[in-house]
Amino acid sequence: MEIISQNGMILLWLTIAFGFFMAWGVGANDVANAMGTSVGAGALTIKQAVIVAAIFEFAGAYLAGGQVTSTIRKGIIDPIIFTDSPELLVYGMISALLAAAIWLMVASLKGWPVSTTHSIVGSIVGFAAVGISVDAVSWGSVGTIVLSWVTSPLCAGILSFILFRSVQILILDTDEPFARAKKYIPYYMFLVGFVMSMVTFVKGLSHVGLDLSFMESAFYSIGVGLIIVVIGVTLQSKITIDENADKDFHYASVEKVFAVLMIFTACGMAFAHGSNDVANAIGPLAAVNSVIASGGQISSQAAIPVWILFLGGAGITTGLIMYGHKVIATIGKSITHLTPSRGFAAELAAGTTVVMASATGMPISTTHTLVGAVLGVGFAKGIAAINMRVVRTIFISWVITLPAGAILAILFFHILKAIFG
Amino acid sequence: MDTRIRIGNNGEKHYPGLVMTNSILSLFASSPFLPLQDHMSKVLECVQGLEGFLQAVFEEDWKKAKNHQKIINNLEEGADELKREIRLKLPEGLFMPVSRTDLIDLIGRQDRIANKAKDIAGLMLGRKMVIPQPMHETFVEFLQSSMSVCVKANQIIQELDELLETGFRGYEVRKVESLIFELDDLEDQADSHEREVRLQLFSLEDEIDPIKVIFLYKIIDWIGEVANRAQTVGHRLHLMLAR
Repeated sequence: MEIISQNGMILLWLTIAFGFFMAWGVGANDVANAMGTSVGAGALTIKQAVIVAAIFEFAGAYLAGGQVTSTIRKGIIDPIIFTDSPELLVYGMISALLAAAIWLMVASLKGWPVSTTHSIVGSIVGFAAVGISVDAVSWGSVGTIVLSWVTSPLCAGILSFILFRSVQILILDTDEPFARAKKYIPYYMFLVGFVMSMVTFVKGLSHVGLDLSFMESAFYSIGVGLIIVVIGVTLQSKITIDENADKDFHYASVEKVFAVLMIFTACGMAFAHGSNDVANAIGPLAAVNSVIASGGQISSQAAIPVWILFLGGAGITTGLIMYGHKVIATIGKSITHLTPSRGFAAELAAGTTVVMASATGMPISTTHTLVGAVLGVGFAKGIAAINMRVVRTIFISWVITLPAGAILAILFFHILKAIFG
Repeated sequence: MDTRIRIGNNGEKHYPGLVMTNSILSLFASSPFLPLQDHMSKVLECVQGLEGFLQAVFEEDWKKAKNHQKIINNLEEGADELKREIRLKLPEGLFMPVSRTDLIDLIGRQDRIANKAKDIAGLMLGRKMVIPQPMHETFVEFLQSSMSVCVKANQIIQELDELLETGFRGYEVRKVESLIFELDDLEDQADSHEREVRLQLFSLEDEIDPIKVIFLYKIIDWIGEVANRAQTVGHRLHLMLAR
């Protein structure tokens, strides 16, 4: 306990710094995956993508990031083990944060596809299992989390397959795709608004004080959906058939209508990503804060303090604005194969899956979920060529990231123990 | 840290420093469909070069014929180059809406059309082939009807990007199928023109040196072969759609 009262503030400020740094890293590297597809498909310019991401990542982090943050904070480790020596929890969380952030930096420099979520979870499990004891980890929860890493790409793939098939049947495979696009796309716009809102309202907003019943959530979600439809139809009505473009590629004008739809799915994707990945940075911070603020108590208040969520959102946005736009540009320039009709299906499927995971407190990899969604569209014959070796790379990165994060975290844990006692 | 500027698998440049080659980036491989369309355009250009070449042969202006032949050869080489590039960008482990072997087979067949055109020009020039005056008109008609099969085959191949857009299903497939029916009709017409030309040569052959006659029949055969190969391209694509 003395360690807490003596060094508490230093430790807290350390955690804040590392947490912000981690959030910055998420904004700089990870957001580009969510937004790059929209830029590549021509739905948004890079500038627009950065603005959309800045607003919606922050909104997602602040409004819907609470559940996942809770999981990272106290869902992985068993708090009871730390009751007698709460400073170990503090050291551990700081180590985990630092380990994940450094691993991310190394992977970025080397060009490896690494999941921020896997890094932090691996680091936490590492310090707890090895640094303290195997019983320090809630293996049941960890098992559920790992299971969600498998089910989320699968779920996104199935959803995107269904979505894209519906687009083919209703709009593309017909003799008047443009007219049908204008007729049916508003329904998809409603779907985007409704699903995103519904998942968020039903489960995710309790920590901002908005506890809505199911019926209330449904009501507000329908409202959001309708607003989106109104905005979308207005934007869409400005699009007319471009005869010249259609001569080269008959579906050029149809894709322009889909591009409007993709603006909304891009917002949804940014919101979903913020809601799930902010926890990677501020989950450990929330854990440390609750210990230090209560002077060494482990059993803590249920709600995440608002300033922590705010810090996470701000970190992501800062990283995005300072560096993330470059990565978005790189990805956007290269992915020209994902036309809006495909991009929308992949983004809506991935976004829905991620938001559902956020609402149930499951920390998942947004990137892998998006890969699953793209594969789903590929199965519906929607994409020219998908490099299947990437799927293998993803599995390999799992195998490497978890131990790497764990080893680094254990290392830092022992260093901190040595410095602070 | 690697400080070279690397080229990614989509042709994008990766600058040194904190740039990530990311799972999303490497997920998409280059589409072979647009290059396939470009290749077929080039093949058609190559075949169409035979029109000017034939005029020069009629005039027995061998210098002019040689120039036309050079153009045809260059176009054929360009098509070969495109074919090689496409094959290089089709490694194993690509997931596409059509099978990799189908695509490689298709481009092979497209390429063989250009090869035949090059052979025709090469042989006619090499032997300084003289076409009997009475045959000029039917010969031109024959060449044109053979070329129109190629034009139709090109039109079909240019629908590849639209086929991709609709996922190789539905309305677009029916559209392409009706084009293939037109292709078959055109090939029938080319066949009947070929018969006309042969009959004409048969009636004239006693007055011409026998070796020259044999090679004339050969060239007639080859021009018909150009139409055949163009028809095969259309059928190959049709097979791909049937799956």
